[in-house]
Amino acid sequence: MGRSLKRWFPVFVLPLSLAFLIAFVIPFLFGIYLSFTRFTTVGDASFVGLSNYVTALTKDENFLRALWFTVKFTVVSVISVNVIAFLFALILTRGIRGTNLFRTVFFMPNLIGGIVLGYIWQLIINGVLLRFGVDITYDATYGFWGLVVLMNWQMIGYMMIIYIAGLQNIPPEMQEVAAIDGAGPLQILRHVTLPLVSSSITICTFLTLTNSFKLFDQNYALTGGAPGRESSMLALDIFDTFYGAVGSEGVGQAKAVLFFLIVAAIALVQLRISRKREVDV
Amino acid sequence: MKTKLFLPLLLFSVLCVFTGCKGNKDEIYYLNFKPEVASVYDEIATAYKKETGVNLRVATAASGTYEQTLKSEIGKTDAPTIFQINGPQGYAAWKDYCADLSDTDIYKHLSDPSLALRTEDGVYGIPYVVEGYGIIYNEEITDKYLALKNRATDISSMEDIKSFATLKAVVEDMTRHKSELGISGVFAATSLKSGEDWRWQTHLANIPIHYELTEDGKGLTTIPDTADFRYANEYKQLFDLYVNNSTVDKKLLGSKEVADSMAEFALGKCAMVQNGNWAYGQISGIDGNVVKADKVKMLPLYTGHDGEERQGICIGTENYLAINSKASPEQQKAAADFLYWLYSSDTGKEFVTNKLQFIAPFDTFEKEDRPKDPLGSEVYRWQEKENVQNLPWTFTVFPGQNFKKDFGAALLQYVQGTKTWSQVVDTFKNRWAEES
Repeated sequence: MGRSLKRWFPVFVLPLSLAFLIAFVIPFLFGIYLSFTRFTTVGDASFVGLSNYVTALTKDENFLRALWFTVKFTVVSVISVNVIAFLFALILTRGIRGTNLFRTVFFMPNLIGGIVLGYIWQLIINGVLLRFGVDITYDATYGFWGLVVLMNWQMIGYMMIIYIAGLQNIPPEMQEVAAIDGAGPLQILRHVTLPLVSSSITICTFLTLTNSFKLFDQNYALTGGAPGRESSMLALDIFDTFYGAVGSEGVGQAKAVLFFLIVAAIALVQLRISRKREVDV
Repeated sequence: MKTKLFLPLLLFSVLCVFTGCKGNKDEIYYLNFKPEVASVYDEIATAYKKETGVNLRVATAASGTYEQTLKSEIGKTDAPTIFQINGPQGYAAWKDYCADLSDTDIYKHLSDPSLALRTEDGVYGIPYVVEGYGIIYNEEITDKYLALKNRATDISSMEDIKSFATLKAVVEDMTRHKSELGISGVFAATSLKSGEDWRWQTHLANIPIHYELTEDGKGLTTIPDTADFRYANEYKQLFDLYVNNSTVDKKLLGSKEVADSMAEFALGKCAMVQNGNWAYGQISGIDGNVVKADKVKMLPLYTGHDGEERQGICIGTENYLAINSKASPEQQKAAADFLYWLYSSDTGKEFVTNKLQFIAPFDTFEKEDRPKDPLGSEVYRWQEKENVQNLPWTFTVFPGQNFKKDFGAALLQYVQGTKTWSQVVDTFKNRWAEES
């Protein structure tokens, strides 16, 4: 068994690793190289050392502002998406009537693309703001909360399904035993249910965290960064830098590399922390 | 046996997928800038194939994405042979890819060779369409205004408007009479949504910057490192006039698009809109449009500059064709042949005049070959007026998209009341200095 596995190993692994190499590793390394160059097309680039990074972090105030906006957005939306999704999951595992209908309805926004959702919400939010004589471009705060609402609308259904799966895996006896021992509903939630769904929590926070950080379509469609660039998040800022001015492609590329490092660092830290809290049943 | 073959076959198929098929070597690949005429180019390709047997492939970049499409397309093995650049700025970005066109037939037939994009070494871009913009107005509504008994101005026709002061008086008086005129505002919405603000951050800004650069003796061949925006107040005068006499409340302009403005004009909700002759299709194409073709006229953009009585509309181009210098000599030759065919053969000219509706700046076009749409005719009328100085498109030396985007955003914030005018001027100057 072991020997034949070894013999067949390349057959199974090679096609995939080749695809991975061509579609991911090579472009990624090439991208890192480009961040140290000045280029218009990827074909001919001239090496400029660290100057793109210096520009991105010092001369260009947009990057740090976008980073701060993104961090605020991520904190708010990770908390709100997960709390609300978990509450929905709790309610929809109690066997109330129409559970399946509700689950489907809540999940549906996730099937709509980000650009479309962005434009739909722009119409809705502007429709409301018009009553106050302004629109979403008036103040970055409107854009911020608009993005939070949009993100919640889109992600809650998906996270809810993951939490439901987690909740349904808990043997009901454990909650019954706790109840017989005299634990109240809140105590059961805190000490029995939550620890047992912590693997779902890990997945959900990971997904919401990285998705919020990398948000692009929704940002592009909802506010486009307006007013000015005050509501642009990191991904949109990178896009604008890359395409917005002659000769700034390298700076955009440098920002993209920094962006990758930030997202990777946050995701690793988050995974490590929440893994620790997981328990085996 | 089977297993031995399997792996190489798999490898081969994977490689095939990723390398893709190489394009046909004797094919012309044209990356078109104008989405509104994309389907016409398909017809042109068919006609060209029929007449000459040469394949022409036309791809069109979606509105506002030309630069990024070009960036990714030109890096490919099968790169565009013909693409377009938008003036000195575009040439600065793409100079490594622009072939010298001074020996091509198409260049020799330019009616005014100075229109071409040139450096000391050669000619790198050929303008293929000349366009003009100003304030488009609906004469039916202005006639109605002129017929009013209690109007406060004494002009006898719209031709009498020859300065900002007269324009302002007429516009403000029209606003006072707007219910009698059946309009909800004189000017269509000043579209300031990001990406829809080019009529202000680019076209209107042409006027003050043109006067500034002329005063400083700078031509259209170099890109100035800084700009004073010396006539910012003149810009502000006309911009304020637009915003204050508009169909839409100024706080709501941030979500308005150009298409909204053109629809308002087409539906007769306003009397004037700033735009160019390319917009006629947009006006006539709107369902329920009430504007009569012979009642669409154009006025210059008067900002209150000294001597503006003789100022005309803005006529110029930001569409220059370039041939990819990295393509093989045969491909470059084929591309030049095609361009010459399009602008000189009867079939080609027919397409240019009637389908593309371009005002083509080549001496192969006679008077009867001119496009007959009302705004195109207006551009000719202004071009032929005596004692009138039409302004060139100086905005082709403006810095890149980031500058325009930030200037447009500042204009919006000014309109919304969150920025003062002097902050807008600062944004203009600082961003210009940073981007160029």
